[in-house]
Amino acid sequence: MVGIVIVSHSQKLAEGVVELAKMMASNAPVAAAGGLDDGNLGTSYEKISAAIESVYSDDGVAILMDMGSAVMTTEMVLEDLERDNVKMLDCPLVEGAVLAAVESVGGISLDDLAKRVDEVRNVKKLDA
Amino acid sequence: MDTKQIIAIIEAVAKKIEAEKDFLTQLDNEIGDGDHGINLARGFKSVMEKLPTFADKDIGAILKAVGMELVSTVGGASGPLYGTAFMKAGNVCKGKNSLTDAEFAAALDAAINGVKMRGKAVEGEKTMLDALCPAYKALKDGLDAGKSLTEALTDGVNAAQAGVEFTKTIIATKGRASYLKERSLGHQDPGATSSLFMLQTALEVLRGA
Repeated sequence: MVGIVIVSHSQKLAEGVVELAKMMASNAPVAAAGGLDDGNLGTSYEKISAAIESVYSDDGVAILMDMGSAVMTTEMVLEDLERDNVKMLDCPLVEGAVLAAVESVGGISLDDLAKRVDEVRNVKKLDA
Repeated sequence: MDTKQIIAIIEAVAKKIEAEKDFLTQLDNEIGDGDHGINLARGFKSVMEKLPTFADKDIGAILKAVGMELVSTVGGASGPLYGTAFMKAGNVCKGKNSLTDAEFAAALDAAINGVKMRGKAVEGEKTMLDALCPAYKALKDGLDAGKSLTEALTDGVNAAQAGVEFTKTIIATKGRASYLKERSLGHQDPGATSSLFMLQTALEVLRGA
């Protein structure tokens, strides 16, 4: 199964998104990397690295980020990691995480997951 | 410029950032998420704690170590941005124990390109680049015109100061301040301000030497 990492400035938000994603797919390998080591708001290179390791398998890891330094810090982790099968996906955090968890349990590949997640970017909540 | 001066600049920057922590955070409270000063001060405090473990290395290795420490400890956008800047500057100083004036300028240029790459940003978006880019241009022009490094960097600091003032007149299109749209007008950018502080501090160390 493709591992999923949720990177957020807020530990609560990251853990909350993981909680929501697991509601639909309790077996999905989803890890939170939220906040700084002391619990303050921010993004931590170490936490992101550790979260990736915790859900890593040959199937790869998809990373979903909130904004700003979450994106930039993850970028730096990936540059140092140099693994092709660990990728950042660009999507709304909650919708993307739920979809990724469901698809991961369904056995999707990382590349196909990236395409699927791209589709939720334009999903509307109010109009059909 | 030699290793000793580089270390002296890093130490002085750490002190300056600590001293200006509240001011930077106040600027960031106005148009951002209010953590710039606190984050950067935490990063440089950590750099100072680690400094003894790499102070005897070459300039490239020192700058790279500073960058990596900032990435690990800052926690906000300035971590990856300044971290990348120091690491890219370190790359072009690899193995060197002293820098010619032109090499110092090249290191600053590499740092700025690192910020552009990491932040996917250009000048005029109300970011640290609005201090750094004019500073580099003035420094380079000064050196090309035959000025000393101290004279050229004085021009650079003046240009960075003007750049910080310029950020008050523009709307942010990058970073957290971009959510505020025109409400970001009238405020100086915290990142441009911390960049100015670093350049000012480097100049003070050069003048003192």
